[in-house]
Amino acid sequence: MDTFHVSRREFLQASGGLLLVASVADVFADDPPKYGADGMPHGWVDDPLVFVAIAPDGMVTITCHRAEMGQGVRTGVPLIIADELEADWSKVRVVQAEGDELKYGNQDTDGSRTTRHWFAPLRRCGAAGRQMLEAAAAARWGVPVLDVKAAHHVVTNTKTGKKLGYGELAADAAKQPVPKGAELKLKDPKDFRYIGKGKTPIVDGFDITTGRAKYAQDVVLPGMLYAVVARSPVYGGTVTSYDAADTLKVPGVVKVIEIKQTPVPSAYQPLAGVAIIADNTWAAIQGRKALKVSWNDGPNASYSSDTYRAGLEAAAGKPGKEIRAHGDVEKAMSTAAKTLKADYYVPHLAQAPMEPPAATAQVKDGKCTVWTCAQSPEAARNDVAKRLDMKREDVTVNVTLLGGGFGRKSKADFAVEAALCAKEMDGKPVKVVWTREDDLHHSFYHTVSVEHLEAGIDKDGKPVAWLHRSVAPTLMALFMPDPKVESMIEIGMGLANVPFAVPNVRIENPEAPVHTRVGWYRAVSNIPHAFAVQSFVCECAHAAGKDPKDYLLELLGPPRRIDPRDLNDTWNHGENPTLYLVDTGRIRRVAEVAAKNGNWGGKLPKGHGRGIAAHYSFTTYVAAVVEAAVDAKGNITIPRVDIAIDCGAQVNPERVRAQMEGACIMGLSNAMVSEITYKDGRVTQDNFHQYEVLRMNMMPKAIHVHMIPGDYAQPMGGVGEPGVPPIAPALCNAIFEATGKRIRSLPIRDQLKA
Amino acid sequence: MVSFTLNGQPQSFDGDPAMPLLWYLRDVAHMTGTKFGCGMALCGACTVHLDGAAGRSCLTPMSAVAGKRITTIEGLDPNGKHALQEAWRAHGVPQCGYCQAGQIMSAAALLAANKSPSSEQIDNAMSGNICRCGTYPRIKAAIQDVASRKGA
Repeated sequence: MDTFHVSRREFLQASGGLLLVASVADVFADDPPKYGADGMPHGWVDDPLVFVAIAPDGMVTITCHRAEMGQGVRTGVPLIIADELEADWSKVRVVQAEGDELKYGNQDTDGSRTTRHWFAPLRRCGAAGRQMLEAAAAARWGVPVLDVKAAHHVVTNTKTGKKLGYGELAADAAKQPVPKGAELKLKDPKDFRYIGKGKTPIVDGFDITTGRAKYAQDVVLPGMLYAVVARSPVYGGTVTSYDAADTLKVPGVVKVIEIKQTPVPSAYQPLAGVAIIADNTWAAIQGRKALKVSWNDGPNASYSSDTYRAGLEAAAGKPGKEIRAHGDVEKAMSTAAKTLKADYYVPHLAQAPMEPPAATAQVKDGKCTVWTCAQSPEAARNDVAKRLDMKREDVTVNVTLLGGGFGRKSKADFAVEAALCAKEMDGKPVKVVWTREDDLHHSFYHTVSVEHLEAGIDKDGKPVAWLHRSVAPTLMALFMPDPKVESMIEIGMGLANVPFAVPNVRIENPEAPVHTRVGWYRAVSNIPHAFAVQSFVCECAHAAGKDPKDYLLELLGPPRRIDPRDLNDTWNHGENPTLYLVDTGRIRRVAEVAAKNGNWGGKLPKGHGRGIAAHYSFTTYVAAVVEAAVDAKGNITIPRVDIAIDCGAQVNPERVRAQMEGACIMGLSNAMVSEITYKDGRVTQDNFHQYEVLRMNMMPKAIHVHMIPGDYAQPMGGVGEPGVPPIAPALCNAIFEATGKRIRSLPIRDQLKA
Repeated sequence: MVSFTLNGQPQSFDGDPAMPLLWYLRDVAHMTGTKFGCGMALCGACTVHLDGAAGRSCLTPMSAVAGKRITTIEGLDPNGKHALQEAWRAHGVPQCGYCQAGQIMSAAALLAANKSPSSEQIDNAMSGNICRCGTYPRIKAAIQDVASRKGA
């Protein structure tokens, strides 16, 4: 989910300008290699003077530098600081940072990284602030610092019992040196007040439930204008000509401008288009309807999903680039008692966040100010600066709440569009509104893939040979010309790093051309990889006459901690391979916990079945047991889902639970109803009547989340994404138990209908 | 000229009568609590109350609101303490929160019409409101919580 980290050299060569010159030295100084937060552009910052301000009345303002899109980061980030600071949470308010990685460290909110990368720096930040308050009090009283103790917003002289509030000490504390290294005294985790308790509601709950919360679509500025853009319906297309005469007759329309295409690979720059600027959104939409525009569709004009799928299937039938191999798969297959093979298909998907992309920009006095829903505000800032030929220092990107992100809002083409519009409007702010149709037609889509699996099993049902060919257009096409194979990111998402104890393994990646904007969608390539692998495990279990859960555990083998490099995963989600190993014991455990709680093996009514799947992604282990019921007409209902997660220690367990519930619902959308298809280079779905997502009437009757306790001394895992991958295979495995019908192509939609 | 009441206040509008209520609320009245999600009455993010009934403001032209009482999320309760708003917070419903104003307005109209809806009635009333974060289980629990307390 992170292009920067994975192949930084490649990335810089392909699309230089997205990273700052200042960071290039860091990027290339990769001896020794940097991992985790150290390896991200601009790394981390742990200075309390950057993140914490204390007012004379004691109110603590904590700056959240990561983007809130529903994962709870505007609560989790300040909570970590507040706990170490010994601040009283009721006296904490949260403000959102603008995009400035030189000040705040890395702000790119994706890859399920915020907590696992920032837990340690934010703890140090809060602890340093606490010690500065203690030092200020000790100085005020003229006593050794050992005689004072900060607790719950008050510093107490332990000898005299005298007390000073944080507000009274704030000004002096800010002048104290910031303690570093060995001087820092972190709290013992047993003394945490908020971390790990799961009792802190999200900070935006009141604003959200009263309509006061501000998203990018909600930005209102004096004298602002509103714009929509007619974009090339085919990726890489250009405007041949346009006639805006009728558009300009629409009351409220102010101006029409052309947005030029950036030649492919265009990274996060906008598509070619024509922007209609008006004094309200409705007028802009009407103006767009009246626009006459002709397009040069370019090289992707013949992209059609049916023929493309046939191409993927053909490629999956032949050998491809070797990803990992050991033993002799061909020989083992030829001598196996039984062989089986299957192709699995997962279509393109659109993130479709409930807030369609939006950005407001103002260009005035040589400076550009943007208000937008950016997952990566520093990237947005640099994209805008590059396109407007401005210095980074002259561009400000203010971050609103994100009405969902799921990867779409990592790529702020919409912010660049707003800046280009604002540049033409004499200092007036312009809000570019994406409609739902715009969102579905011009996303950065989840890839489309065919996964070809073959296995050989011996006379005892044991797997002796395993072949996996993955064929999918790569997201690297955003950054480099015409790549045809999966990048190390995609390979590291449940393709190379499947740790099955099988003696003969071969994993391949045949080529696939790219004809649209492939980006990242919550859980990214883990979705097709886990769907295929975890479905095929169940197919093998049936071929071997064994219980699918037992067979999964048998394939995982005894608990082992495997260096990801031994699995040819050189990415490892950007994490240190000596700290973050693939732990088959942890995969086994989540599978067993989900199975036990899901009453695996227990009696079920006719037409019901249970399925299991377990997957490791974003350094977290998740298993799901789904109970599905299929009626005589082929309608699917889901009585129960049990999800077990081992992400290590949890900062806000209640939000971890919420993320698992949400990932389950999104995973079911992927499995059951969602699909983006192309015809003649154009997306054929216009709105939610064609691009369906799960609604309340389809949700499981119960979702139970089981969280494995963690240790704060151990590396943390991600949470936002890893709940998604096991859901679709667990559901399809359950459907097989219920009906005997194997689903190998998503979405299921009406495949079970009589 | 179209006249109506908005959250109890008399209002008038003399712009394009075809403009949907949604864009009047957001771009003219600058009340952005009512959200734009699809523009085709498919997602429910723009749900408001028209004379007390839930309606999709994205497909309601201003010409159709003449003489109507419009309530938006901003006007549901002056202090943000409608039982559903409280329940939403108590159950930790919102994730990104963008759809939640529409969800709450749909739920409020449901409970105003039916104090103790069945599980199926809740599903039917709420299935026009999409939540991409997947907060449905908590939305339903919050509605059932309020319904059970009202019933008691």
